[in-house]
Amino acid sequence: MKFSVTVTLKTDVLDPQGKVVENTLVDMGMKNLKNVRQGKYFQIDIDESDQSTAEKKIDEMCYKLLVNLIIEDYKINKI
Amino acid sequence: MKSSVIVFPGSNCDRDIAVALEKMQFKNQMVWHKETALPKSDLIVLPGGFSYGDYLRSGAIAGKSLIIDEVVKAANSGCLILGICNGFQILTETGLLKGVLLRNKNLKFINKDVHLKVVNNNTKFSNKYKKNQILKINIAHNEGNFFTDSKHMEELNKENLIAFKYCDKEGNLTEKSNPNGSLENIAGILNAKKNILGMMPHPERMIDEMISNKDGMNLFSSLLN
Repeated sequence: MKFSVTVTLKTDVLDPQGKVVENTLVDMGMKNLKNVRQGKYFQIDIDESDQSTAEKKIDEMCYKLLVNLIIEDYKINKI
Repeated sequence: MKSSVIVFPGSNCDRDIAVALEKMQFKNQMVWHKETALPKSDLIVLPGGFSYGDYLRSGAIAGKSLIIDEVVKAANSGCLILGICNGFQILTETGLLKGVLLRNKNLKFINKDVHLKVVNNNTKFSNKYKKNQILKINIAHNEGNFFTDSKHMEELNKENLIAFKYCDKEGNLTEKSNPNGSLENIAGILNAKKNILGMMPHPERMIDEMISNKDGMNLFSSLLN
């Protein structure tokens, strides 16, 4: 069973990389751009047939290693 | 005094700190991260470098290595722990120190000598310094921008857990003298029990007048005191 995990900085944490990308896009003439936040994306394949058990496992991976909960939020999606 | 320096793949200040400790008459041992037992130690050092190439987050992978369980146990039983640079990042990833080290505000790797103010000299790590003494110590990092929640910040100030702050050469804590954007110019903090110090600057690089200065030496002599 495959899942995606998206990790982003919490909204109140400054994201200098996202800011630089945002400024560059604006300089390139991308109009109406409001905000860019940069994050991380993981694809995880887990040998588990029950979805809720699998999701629990992925959640554990997130808070134990993949995510620093002080500064980051995450979203898990089945793919 | 017995010390252990933990070595991770990608550590690159491990030998510098060993030289500093031996110069100060510590009986030092190097401990590979895959070990599951620590030699008897009064001080454990997590050295600077780029453990695991800074993959995932600086210090995140090293923070889960086998030896870390033993370091946490030793820390909880009162052993002195010093984390320098990447070692500080590892300490925050293990939870031994609260807070986090974000990417430098200017997005650049900074390698230069900066001025530090000794904010608390009443610790095992800083008792040979004078309060408010100004030191010149090298920093070399990409993620040294200390950040934490307001509750922890309040605790740091109230309990006097800030060891060092970045300042200018007169000792003024200005925004300009803050190299990386750290909250309140913080360069080094202690845990509540004050047996763990994490700092971004490298005292082990400042032990010899020939190549730098000796401003880092008193940190090691404090530990022996």
